[in-house]
Amino acid sequence: MTTSHVIYDDAPLRDRVKNALADDFKHNAIKTAQDTIVGNRNKCAAADPLWEDLRWEAAYIRNHVLENLDYYIREFATNAQAAGAQVHFAPTAEDAVECALDIFEEVKATSCVKSKSMVTEEIGLNEYLEEHGVHAIETDCAENILQTAGSKPSHIVVPALHFNRDSIRDLYREKKGYAGSNSPEEITKFLRSNLREEFLAAKVGVTGCNFGVAETGSCTLVTNEGNARMAVTVPETQIVVMGAERIVPDLRSLDTLVTLLVPSAVGSKITSSFQVNTGAAKDGEADGPKNVHIIMVNNGRSDILAGEFRDMLRCIRCGACMNNCPVYRHITGHGYGSIYPGPMGVVLTPLLEGYENTDKLPYACSLCGACDDMCPVRVPLHELIHQHKINLVEENHPGVPERAAFDMAGKVLGNRRLYDLATGSGALGLKILGGSYGALGASTAWIPVLRGWTSSRDMDLLADVRFRDWFRKHDAVAPELDEQGRSVADRAEEARKASQEGGARA
Amino acid sequence: MKIAFFPQCMIDMFYPEVGEAAVRVLERLGCELIVPKNQVCCGQPLMNAGYVEEALPAIRSIVDAYAPYDVVVTPSGSCAYAIKCDYEKYLGADPEYGPKIKELAGKIYEFTEFIVDYLGVTNVGAKLDGKVTLHKSCHMTRLLGVKEPPLQLLENVEGLEYVEMEAADRCCGFGGVFSVKEPEISEQMVREKAELALATGADYLVGCDQACLMNIKGCLDRMEAEGVLPHPMKVMHIAEVLDSGKEA
Repeated sequence: MTTSHVIYDDAPLRDRVKNALADDFKHNAIKTAQDTIVGNRNKCAAADPLWEDLRWEAAYIRNHVLENLDYYIREFATNAQAAGAQVHFAPTAEDAVECALDIFEEVKATSCVKSKSMVTEEIGLNEYLEEHGVHAIETDCAENILQTAGSKPSHIVVPALHFNRDSIRDLYREKKGYAGSNSPEEITKFLRSNLREEFLAAKVGVTGCNFGVAETGSCTLVTNEGNARMAVTVPETQIVVMGAERIVPDLRSLDTLVTLLVPSAVGSKITSSFQVNTGAAKDGEADGPKNVHIIMVNNGRSDILAGEFRDMLRCIRCGACMNNCPVYRHITGHGYGSIYPGPMGVVLTPLLEGYENTDKLPYACSLCGACDDMCPVRVPLHELIHQHKINLVEENHPGVPERAAFDMAGKVLGNRRLYDLATGSGALGLKILGGSYGALGASTAWIPVLRGWTSSRDMDLLADVRFRDWFRKHDAVAPELDEQGRSVADRAEEARKASQEGGARA
Repeated sequence: MKIAFFPQCMIDMFYPEVGEAAVRVLERLGCELIVPKNQVCCGQPLMNAGYVEEALPAIRSIVDAYAPYDVVVTPSGSCAYAIKCDYEKYLGADPEYGPKIKELAGKIYEFTEFIVDYLGVTNVGAKLDGKVTLHKSCHMTRLLGVKEPPLQLLENVEGLEYVEMEAADRCCGFGGVFSVKEPEISEQMVREKAELALATGADYLVGCDQACLMNIKGCLDRMEAEGVLPHPMKVMHIAEVLDSGKEA
């Protein structure tokens, strides 16, 4: 593939971050969205006494599937076919889009209605179809906004976060002849009447799949508006595109995952639309597609399964990690330049695209672990991001000067004598720079080594007397004693001894 | 009770007063402190940046320095976590260091964790008049899991009024090398942290990790220099709070 579909902006990380920060509206919209969604998510979690246990159960279910993925893919495909669907396996993104195009040619369709699917973004389905004369109409409201505007998603679940009612009104006025106000109801009504014609005319509907259920061969869809329901019931032909790992064993485990998915994604208990679609319409059934094609996309997932990032395949694309990420909060989805932003994107994008074009991405993370707290399937996201950093260093991506600096730092910090030379009473460098200001202020921001810190923060100077030098000479403070002449530490030690003896006797 | 004290390198170099306060607090409680001569840095900044190989000298020297002692205490939540959990990952399989690392992991305590959970004290008799807000640092709160001890200790400081800041456990943007490698992102994070702390009207911003405090203080100092600091707010390590009101 000449161009990547996953990375839509290959400007350097620093430029992407600057661009994102320059947009106050977007910056504030993301902050508000995070606060609202995480606030509501936390309320849902707090209201469910089993929430943390459910997260363990969900992680277990997903691990179990990954450990037996060959078995479950076979079971899912067998049951889906028994229910009347055709299952296609696509080893690569190219195979997946070619497979989809073949279906369009078979049913002689030149357009389709589509409902939000991350994996179709990942494989570049819309672009490929367009190149071959097939137009895909995004019917999910947010996706429709993005498609109309030619904009990229800023979130995986709520992808048009960077638009507001005014900009949406203006967009539809300019591109679709909308004449109404900025009222969401009015805009939605307009969109509905536009899309209704498309739905009725469409021969093919394309959707994603939140979970494939192995025991029934069903494909489930969780959405917030129900347009996906139109996309799977009206057209005669339905194409489901799913990541091959997105399987749960049975309806019981589906329950666990959906119970976690919705609060994690949007902070509400349930969504307005949840479907379990099994196979094709049977003879005599009024609704549902006559032909159902399920394209199971591998696109590198087997390699991930075999490697040190396997835990990432548990991911159910809920976006909870980015909702709680302090970096995403500021640089927004567009700062990552990938259709997969936030912590899950920092892990996944390099796995799909290789380090060559993504070697700065893992540094857009302070390793704070806020993502891990949220993840409904307990992907150890910050540890996986850290693993990328370790791999990048091993493969020498940061370059020779940085490695030399860290090597030197390691030697100094691992050797007390060198450390004494660098920080003891003879080390005057920082103090001279501080001058009469008494700290390193804005005036030092031109110095390359200091710029990163002092362009926005002051830095205190090395102390005249280091702690260790003080400690060597200090007189210990007398302990505070109780009536029996014992200190807190004495009492703690006595209690410890007593409990040990008690334990030994028992 | 003999305690080996790990001051943390930034406290050693930049903020000795924090280490001094921690020492006085522990001595008043009856601990006899030892600071091994060859201790320097836990190696966390290198490990977190992905330079595991380069961090090994620091890891080995910390293990060598502290392995002989029964209890190790450090006024840094993130260093405690690094020593307790990270060392095992990178040097756990080493025939010489592996067993020592496992042992060390079981006997290292963060400063407030040691006072509350090990010594069983929540009131150290400190006095500090004013409003205090706490930055709940990431690795200490989330990874090490020490959440309650700092709050329990602050609650019992005479004259102190605790006010919780919004998103108290959100990262301040330090993240070791992250702060200088991605300064554009880091400065947004620390600025928001400073603003949320200031919004409480607190007189003191307190924390248990000096690196985070250095970051937030650096931001507040710069805000002051630029004339945009709405009111003064002193940055204090919790050891300094617990040492307050004792000098007289």
